Amino acid sequence: MTQSNVLLRIEGATKSFHLKPMFGAAHEVVALNNITIGIEAGKALAVVGESGSGKSTLGRAVTRLFPLTSGTIRFKGKDIAELTSRAEKLSYLRSVQMVFQDPFSALNPAHTIQHHLERPLMLHRSLHGAALVAAVREVLADVELDPEVTLHKYPHELSGGQRQRVNLARALAVGAELIIADEPTSMLDVSIRRSVLDLMRRMKETRSIAFLYITHDIATAQFIADDIAIMYAGQVVEWGKPERVIGNPQHPYTKLLLSAVPDPNVRLDGGGSKAFAREAEAVRAICRTASGSVLETEPGHFVRQVGSVA
Amino acid sequence: MTSTIQKPLVEVRGLKVDFLTAKGLFTAVKGVDFTIDRGEVLGLAGESGSGKSTIALALMRLHRPPAIISEGSITVDGEDVLAMPESRLRQWRWSSVSMVFQSAMNSLNPVLTIFEQFRDVIVQHTGKTRQQARERAEELLTMIGIAPSRLDDYPHQLSGGMRQRVVLAIALALDPKLIIMDEPTTALDVVVQREILEEIVALKDKFGFAILFITHDLALMGQFADRIAIMLEGRLVEVAPSAQLIANPQHDYTRRLWGSMPLLTRVPA
Ligand SMILES: Nc1ncnc2c1ncn2[C@@H]1O[C@H](COP(=O)(O)OP(=O)(O)OP(=O)(O)O)[C@@H](O)[C@H]1O
Ligand SMILES: Nc1ncnc2c1ncn2[C@@H]1O[C@H](COP(=O)(O)OP(=O)(O)OP(=O)(O)O)[C@@H](O)[C@H]1O
Ligand SMILES: [Mg+2]
Ligand SMILES: [Mg+2]
Repeated sequence: MTQSNVLLRIEGATKSFHLKPMFGAAHEVVALNNITIGIEAGKALAVVGESGSGKSTLGRAVTRLFPLTSGTIRFKGKDIAELTSRAEKLSYLRSVQMVFQDPFSALNPAHTIQHHLERPLMLHRSLHGAALVAAVREVLADVELDPEVTLHKYPHELSGGQRQRVNLARALAVGAELIIADEPTSMLDVSIRRSVLDLMRRMKETRSIAFLYITHDIATAQFIADDIAIMYAGQVVEWGKPERVIGNPQHPYTKLLLSAVPDPNVRLDGGGSKAFAREAEAVRAICRTASGSVLETEPGHFVRQVGSVA
Repeated sequence: MTSTIQKPLVEVRGLKVDFLTAKGLFTAVKGVDFTIDRGEVLGLAGESGSGKSTIALALMRLHRPPAIISEGSITVDGEDVLAMPESRLRQWRWSSVSMVFQSAMNSLNPVLTIFEQFRDVIVQHTGKTRQQARERAEELLTMIGIAPSRLDDYPHQLSGGMRQRVVLAIALALDPKLIIMDEPTTALDVVVQREILEEIVALKDKFGFAILFITHDLALMGQFADRIAIMLEGRLVEVAPSAQLIANPQHDYTRRLWGSMPLLTRVPA
């Protein structure tokens, strides 16, 4: 990756949460363990991996929802922990938009869809009057929602998939440079999913918007991403070009993950469950200890070695 | 064996659900018929906004105004669901029919710990003690692959997938006859998804519950469902055994659905 094009650079990012429950012992969860990865302008990095491995935490750290325990995140070379003035922060918030894993949480039930889209357009692009109306219609059309039907509805009057499209429309509306899309398409039916992925790809190619695309759907990651990172237990365990990582997986967790991608012609049966669960457990056991050493197995394809000490 | 055993567990006839909105009547479900046998997995797929979740909520009579069931009948295990009095309904929900909601990870109460949410369901319906509920909750949590030590955490302290698994475990807690699962695994990685679904199949074989399984993941649907029903704009356009629906889809919309699915391509080294 050439240094000049790097839009976002994450260096040694570590985040621990301290849990002090009312009952039981206090414990610590290391959600991110020394993550180093970058995204170039106009490129998409897909992050896939174990549920609970820290993918959303990584996305939230980039949006400055909380400070890192250690490490840095630089956007266009500037450490985002050191943004101080209101103008700097606002500009960062405009440049980096988040589309959440869950379409329900991000919309205010008291406001219409029109209101949800008008606000960012007024705030960040200073649009008013006829230009505002036109822009709202344009972003709705971009995500294939009919403005006539959708504008005056409240979030609860839309289906799950329709709400997620409104969220994408909102990220589009402000003109972001980096969109952190956390499972943006998992609630969409496949035809809309395809059109949203096409849309994201178009945004990337024609408007040079970069994506941090967090997903459990490896086929869609392959469809949109320029680079892919596989996360397990707070670490990136394998990364590189999607065709290499998917075509020639090296890390045991990556192999397990790929073997579990649903195949409609293979029935799930209760009897077989033990075999797969045993295999998964065995892989978890060898991957549990964090690892320090990284091997470049082929040019641009990196794998964290299992069993070595962090 | 009596003849009721032969009858389907769930029988839905001519179901119509309307939304009475400020701008008039919107019919989201336009006369739908289907059955689910005991122990059967019926998959429900289709367009976003076609009425799948509306059907799921209506089945449990959890639909809320402005939604009304304007026509049709719902029979579960010989009982007329639409005729049930509130008192019977409260008892029937969760113990006979349970549900994993779409976006289940947000159906947890944010101010209660995970254990308190298990306790609410278990103690209310079974009269078990707090200690017994604790044991059952620990057992269920272990089954879905979360350390029992996390029972005292609050929902926001768990990842999306962990919350989703908790909701699944709560739905299983009372051994219901029918579990409605509205996109139960969308927030899970494929490894955990596979483990949980195989576990559900094993539990289903053991306890004999039926499942209405709603998902946008057609490949997963093919792996898990016995029959698949395809919805479009409030109507069921095709219902067939899974293998047949995959190999030989009849309706044009079904064919389009399969065609637009991005597939994983693996070019080996
Ligand atoms: N606010 C918090 N307080 C305590 N623990 C947290 C908090 N946020 C996240 N965690 C923990 O950090 C770990 C990583 O969570 P994260 O949400 O980043 O996972 P994820 O990879 O996005 O998972 P999923 O695929 O299930 O969404 C989990 O163990 C989670 O419980
Ligand atoms: N409270 C409401 N008021 C008015 N219309 C509603 C309301 N709730 C849902 N609808 C409409 O009813 C239709 C069916 O919605 P439903 O949530 O059942 O769709 P779905 O098939 O589950 O979609 P998805 O796959 O996106 O979850 C949609 O067109 C939706 O806009
Ligand atoms: Mg997440
Ligand atoms: Mg739905």
